[in-house]
Amino acid sequence: MSVILECKNLTKVFGPKTALYGLNLSLESGRIIGLLGPNGSGKTTLIKMINGLISPTEGEVLIDGIKPGVDTKKIVSYLPERSYLNRHIRVAQAVELFSDFYEDFDRGRAYDMLARLHIERNEKLSTMSKGTREKVHLVLVMSRRARLYCLDEPIAGVDPAARDFILSTIINNYDENATILISTHLISDIENILDEVIFLEYGQLRMFSSVDDIRFNQGKSVDTLFREVFKC
Amino acid sequence: MAWALDSERPIYTQILERIQIDIISGTYKPGEKLPSVRDLAAEAAVNPNTMQKALSELERTGLVYAQRTSGRYITEDVDLIQDMKKEIAESQIRDFLEKMSRLGLNKEDTLKLMEILAKEEDT
Repeated sequence: MSVILECKNLTKVFGPKTALYGLNLSLESGRIIGLLGPNGSGKTTLIKMINGLISPTEGEVLIDGIKPGVDTKKIVSYLPERSYLNRHIRVAQAVELFSDFYEDFDRGRAYDMLARLHIERNEKLSTMSKGTREKVHLVLVMSRRARLYCLDEPIAGVDPAARDFILSTIINNYDENATILISTHLISDIENILDEVIFLEYGQLRMFSSVDDIRFNQGKSVDTLFREVFKC
Repeated sequence: MAWALDSERPIYTQILERIQIDIISGTYKPGEKLPSVRDLAAEAAVNPNTMQKALSELERTGLVYAQRTSGRYITEDVDLIQDMKKEIAESQIRDFLEKMSRLGLNKEDTLKLMEILAKEEDT
């Protein structure tokens, strides 16, 4: 198994606050991994560093052995916490935008998923509900044939039926050479599709384990374990 | 519809049991081709690697065999399926007797009660 993502002593300091502290982590290809942790534990900071939006204060993050940059953006598909898509464009224009930007973008796959979600090509993003806009962005991100997908809270804003659709989309498009990193608070919704989970706490790695190992060793779900570990 | 899985036990164990029961009960016939890992994973709404692991374990027990290029098939060994059926039935009966004993019913009481209920169901 090849390593797709490696963090070595990865640290990010924002003024007086340390968002990530000495994170060492190695993720293999062909996995679906949950990135879990309470608010402010460093999940989004980690994802932003993987995507080169912010730089490490110390340490490094490597994607397929290289530092974030133009070359890694070709193989990393990123769904940010908040959509950056211009609201004044239509769905078809957003599809063209992605098609222009990314060589690995599969237009057919995008339109197929949009059709199943009953989203019209000529619909304007500005007239959509927040949840529908999130679906459009997720479809675009999942329509790339990337090696690493970073999804920052992909299902928080959508209804339960669309959540199921998104999860089945992830399973159906699963490629054994790709790894999907999903940050979320909705653990019980996605637990069954995860291989492994990462627990972050105060910017440090609290646990990195397979879902079935947790269930086997602790006799409880990841969701229950999370509630116990991070009890307020 | 996703398979109903409980949240405490390993997912792998549960999907293994589920497919085993589908084979024993004849939902999948001897010699029948199993759906692909991806299709089964999508149907169950579980991780494809977990499904793969469960199918490999079924292969190890002989209930399922793989043909190099064309996928996985249910065994044609009907005796093996019958043995497995007996084994699972026995284990469930043992669990049941254990529960009855916790209710304070000994084996004879339990058997008597079962006979009465079985007759009622017939009529």
